[in-house]
Amino acid sequence: MDFSLSMEQEILRNSVRDFAENEIKPVARELDEKETFSYDTMRKMAALGLFGMFVSEKYGGQGMDYISYAIATEEIARVDGSHAATVAAGNSLGIGPLYYFGSEEQKQKYLPKLCSGEALWGFGLTEPDAGSDASNSKTTAVLDGDQWVINGSKIFITNASTKLTSGVTSLCRTGTREDGRPELSCILVEAGTPGFEAREMHGKLMWRASNTSELYFDDCRVPDENMLGPRGNGFHQMMQTLDGGRLSIGAMGLGGAQGCYDLALKYSRERTQFGKPISNFQVNAFKLADMALEIECARLILYKACWLRDQQKPFGKEAAMAKLHCSEVMYRCANHAVQLHGGYGLMKEYDVERFYRDQKLLEIGEGTSEVQRIVISRLIGAL
Amino acid sequence: MNIIVCLKQVPDTESQIKIGSDGVSIVTDDIKWVMNPYDEFGVEEALKLKEKFGGEVTVVGLGPKRVTESIRTALAMGADKGVLVTDDALEGSDALATAKAIAAAIKDLEYDVIFTGQRGVDDDQGLVGAAVAELLDIPQLSLITKVEVAEDGNTVKVERPIEGETLVIESSLPALITAQKGLNEPRYASLPGIMKAKKKPLEEKSLGDLGLDASEFGADARKLKILELTPPPAREAGKIVEGETPQEKAAELAKLLHEEAKVL
Ligand SMILES: Cc1cc2nc3c(=O)[nH]c(=O)nc-3n(C[C@H](O)[C@H](O)[C@H](O)COP(=O)(O)OP(=O)(O)OC[C@H]3O[C@@H](n4cnc5c(N)ncnc54)[C@H](O)[C@@H]3O)c2cc1C
Ligand SMILES: Cc1cc2nc3c(=O)[nH]c(=O)nc-3n(C[C@H](O)[C@H](O)[C@H](O)COP(=O)(O)OP(=O)(O)OC[C@H]3O[C@@H](n4cnc5c(N)ncnc54)[C@H](O)[C@@H]3O)c2cc1C
Repeated sequence: MDFSLSMEQEILRNSVRDFAENEIKPVARELDEKETFSYDTMRKMAALGLFGMFVSEKYGGQGMDYISYAIATEEIARVDGSHAATVAAGNSLGIGPLYYFGSEEQKQKYLPKLCSGEALWGFGLTEPDAGSDASNSKTTAVLDGDQWVINGSKIFITNASTKLTSGVTSLCRTGTREDGRPELSCILVEAGTPGFEAREMHGKLMWRASNTSELYFDDCRVPDENMLGPRGNGFHQMMQTLDGGRLSIGAMGLGGAQGCYDLALKYSRERTQFGKPISNFQVNAFKLADMALEIECARLILYKACWLRDQQKPFGKEAAMAKLHCSEVMYRCANHAVQLHGGYGLMKEYDVERFYRDQKLLEIGEGTSEVQRIVISRLIGAL
Repeated sequence: MNIIVCLKQVPDTESQIKIGSDGVSIVTDDIKWVMNPYDEFGVEEALKLKEKFGGEVTVVGLGPKRVTESIRTALAMGADKGVLVTDDALEGSDALATAKAIAAAIKDLEYDVIFTGQRGVDDDQGLVGAAVAELLDIPQLSLITKVEVAEDGNTVKVERPIEGETLVIESSLPALITAQKGLNEPRYASLPGIMKAKKKPLEEKSLGDLGLDASEFGADARKLKILELTPPPAREAGKIVEGETPQEKAAELAKLLHEEAKVL
């Protein structure tokens, strides 16, 4: 067993960490407060090569493995959840389905700009009445000659209404299967198509500098060739995308937990009460020890799940475990970090306040913690 | 234009430094090693010159195998080739011996400009650059914050800040320039750069390969000996300046700076 990272992975971590510290950290608090997506940091992240990480060079990607992708996401999340969301959703949810299921033509058409970060792409699965129960999608697409006519709406779609967004993948009912259940297919809808509108959502508790949208389809017509992969494979494609996406949410949990720990350790060693640094009180030292331990374990499960994927071995169970565990580890770490900061941890001046809020999404997005437990229970044969 | 950048690996300035039981070295177990920040300025400036004039950037590092990671980082930033001078006999060498080995590794390469950091942030001696220039018998331009190579590539104009003024120096090339903070903003190693760096050549050279006599290197051959390392004194409590109004406080502060701290 070899736990060492490759030299490239070490260099990647150092470079992305420096980048995050110098370019994102100084603006993260203000962007969160103003609830704005930053085109400036987006451009810088794109220039660093944070989009198309696992895509082959042929389509303008970096050709890196999944562990590298996790490391880069982790390092951005160590500093800010919103920016990590832009990167993780951009790669796993935007680029992923096009790369893994798109035709050669679709890949040539869309991937180069998505991999250079000049464009972003949304992943439209969730609907107002179909969240955890995603197969209950109500959005319909009806074939009219050589065009699909789409009607319906989606909600909470990341990266879908930025000025850079070039389109979305939308899960639609395209008919009824032989067994009577709805036939679900993924259809690509380009930004600017008449009848399609993406509206930015405001008032989020967390990820306030990440772009979240509602999508509206009103007799929106797209050509037949915008079908992603074979008709009727939509739900399967979406679930496979989420298996990979869970690794990036796991990386966000791990990175966020590390960020909380680093801030809490520093603060606890500097803050003096009763004549000594508060880290010298055993109750606080134990909190920090627990955080260090939990982060170490979270990193092991996440990297193992990524490794399984890189080895082309089944990784669905481990991905669900990593997503679930890393987001719950961040929950505990953010809680400890705020506690160790005392009253200051409740103020926006201290970054732990933002981590505490940003954490909550990780237990909800891309399958809630309950859904992860359902997935794991099924895979171990309990449900 | 061919450019050489000398690179040292140093403990990350964020690392907690502990003095070893021998009292003359630091404990290296938990240290994160990084490229000397002043050398990063050198790498960046070399890449800028290459972008303007073409040519190759070669990174020359010296030290144990772990230095490879910093050389690869420079390659990921955009340098073309790396050389690592590595030999067990180098362990414990002083600045002059280090310069001798570096000069030997450089002397048969083609170069117009050599960059080194103005000093290593670990032992802060600032000797290697000067010694390498001397051994190669080329001009040395130290503590430089601006580099302008003439269009014909034969001369360089550089700037060194001194006490609020700027000294402008012109020199023939080849020359050795030691990089000072302010020279530039080093770029990040990009993800595509990291992947490309994998395939770039990195050669290892031992003292034997360079035709050097191992007995002139290492701890025993030091001309400078470290007698003792001591931690900096613990910071004393600060002082709150008394006074009713800002004017009174300012006057009191000026008085303290003059009489107590004796800095004014
Ligand atoms: C900021 C943000 C970004 C998002 N980005 C995207 C995106 O890019 N694309 C996309 O398609 N979606 C996205 N989502 C949607 C997200 O995936 C859903 O919010 C999530 O799947 C949960 O669905 P829901 O909100 O409808 O909650 P519900 O499904 O209504 O769940 C409510 C509660 O009931 C529980 N529950 C539901 N069913 C069960 C069950 N069978 N057993 C036990 N408990 C159950 C849940 O665990 C949860 O606690 C995003 C959401 C947010 C907030
Ligand atoms: C919204 C808000 C309203 C407030 N209102 C008032 C008010 O009206 N009046 C007022 O006077 N104050 C008020 N406070 C201040 C509040 O009471 C303090 O924030 C609280 O007592 C904690 O002190 P601290 O923030 O300095 O944290 P610290 O004392 O620095 O504590 C930091 C961490 O160290 C731990 N710690 C400290 N000492 C020890 C020890 N000996 N052993 C173990 N652990 C230790 C703490 O439990 C905590 O986890 C308010 C604070 C807030 C945020």
